[in-house]
Amino acid sequence: MLTDILLILLKIVAVVLLFAMPIGSLMTLLGDRKQSSMIQNRVGPNRARLSIIPGLGRLPLVGIPHFLADGLKMIFKEDAIPDGADRTWHNIVPAMALFPAIVMWAVIPFHDHYCTGEIVVQNYRDICVEGQTRNFFSIANLDAGLLYVFAISGVSVYGAAIAGWASNAKYSLIGGLRSSAQMISYEVSMALSVAGAILIYGTLNLNEMVVQQGHLIGGWLPMWGIVVQPLAFFIFLGAMMAETKRAPFDMPEGESEIVAGYFTEFSSMKFAVIQLSEYVATVFVGALIATIFLGGWQVPYLYGDGFHFGNTPTAALELPYWAVIALRIGAFSFKTIFILWLQFMLRWTLPRFRYDQVMNLGWKIFLPLSLANLVITAFVVAIL
Amino acid sequence: MAVTVTKIPRPDRSLWVQSYVPEVMRGLSITSKQFFKNLFTKKDVVTIQYPEVKRDYPERYRGLHRLMYRDDGQVRCVACMCCSTACPANCIHIEAAEHDDTSIEKYPAVFVIDELRCIVCGMCVEACPCDAIRMDSGIHTHPFYERDTAFFDKPALLELGGPSVAHQGGDMKGVQGHH
Repeated sequence: MLTDILLILLKIVAVVLLFAMPIGSLMTLLGDRKQSSMIQNRVGPNRARLSIIPGLGRLPLVGIPHFLADGLKMIFKEDAIPDGADRTWHNIVPAMALFPAIVMWAVIPFHDHYCTGEIVVQNYRDICVEGQTRNFFSIANLDAGLLYVFAISGVSVYGAAIAGWASNAKYSLIGGLRSSAQMISYEVSMALSVAGAILIYGTLNLNEMVVQQGHLIGGWLPMWGIVVQPLAFFIFLGAMMAETKRAPFDMPEGESEIVAGYFTEFSSMKFAVIQLSEYVATVFVGALIATIFLGGWQVPYLYGDGFHFGNTPTAALELPYWAVIALRIGAFSFKTIFILWLQFMLRWTLPRFRYDQVMNLGWKIFLPLSLANLVITAFVVAIL
Repeated sequence: MAVTVTKIPRPDRSLWVQSYVPEVMRGLSITSKQFFKNLFTKKDVVTIQYPEVKRDYPERYRGLHRLMYRDDGQVRCVACMCCSTACPANCIHIEAAEHDDTSIEKYPAVFVIDELRCIVCGMCVEACPCDAIRMDSGIHTHPFYERDTAFFDKPALLELGGPSVAHQGGDMKGVQGHH
């Protein structure tokens, strides 16, 4: 019992503090400032130096000292609360924004359940014989995993909406309202677009979804979500980007219209926490899309005992179990970071949408398309 | 006056373009091409890392003033007041004095330039009849912590100076007679 609790704590620390938060916070620098500078033929931040550490005093270290300096600056800044703001909610709201962004990570599988016995590969599946499967690589193995993700991501808008309301400022309120409107518009097509994938895999358990994506169509094409549901992939990516309030869907922030939207009136660490929660949510989008559409921890042709080319019982290239685990976790991280990179790339490629365009895209394009996708998928699944 | 109407045809967007996804891909290909190019080669980055790397100034760049000197090291200026008259910012202050040498009429006993007031227009250099003041030192006017330090006096200006090849007084004979 105690070891179970310790194991869960260890997994939480590993996933949140060693994966989600570092990547999320590093993205504030590498994604938003360094990557944009590369696209725009600039150098980006490189003047801060870690001169307290001998030997590093003269190196720009791709600007990472800037990101440390930012954190330090945020801690020492004055925490200003506007007159007439609801002090209680104003103080609670950053936590409300960060909580769902972190809690969502509970169901993301970084690898299949650990097998203590022998692994036999049958029909593109790892079957554990003479041993138990232990859930070491996801915090919780929920059968309703995807529903849990939708539920929490629905709650995440409360942070933005209440932040806007509690600030007692017009821009903040507009930002909060916009974020609620955007959430409602995109939550629908987001859920409907994955419904097709749910029909195909017949499960809501994210790990089981990933296991099924190891199937090879015709013995060579991995049955990844993007292969069987290409349209849903684009709709889901778009809807998720809108959900995380990133450009080109940054209506709730709207720097050019409403200062900083719902967090205009937040300063110091409160601002940093809200900002960080957005980045962590962005990383989560990468992880979720990788899980549902890009085969999660699956490496093509790699199964529990090595590489299989086609539906063969013995591996063509045998690998020890630990190497397989390392490869798969590496593949998952790579896919997550790739989607993350893509999101930042889109941000610096596309101009912002107008508010009415965002609504048009959500209700008039994404919703009918995802419905059509669902109906067609249902027919195809019923026939096959 | 007749009203002329120019009809601008609406862009003909096919369904392929309207579906947005291929156009996004096209945009992405441009930005990511630039991204990888600059990630690996920094080829298109034009930024100059200023304090460490300095840009080459053009030959006629106007930097800090300097006063030129004669072959014997005396100040070349004859205190004619042309520069201080020409100066639109009134930043040159000259006090003329008699020189012991009879071949030199006047010399500046005090020559002060307020570098904070100077607008770096170069009029003083244009006005100078005897190539005594120049702005070709190639040195930025650096920031000053105190206003007093921005007043550059004769020794300070001469320190940057050098000998001039121009003939003093504009007459060969006069120059030779001086020596």
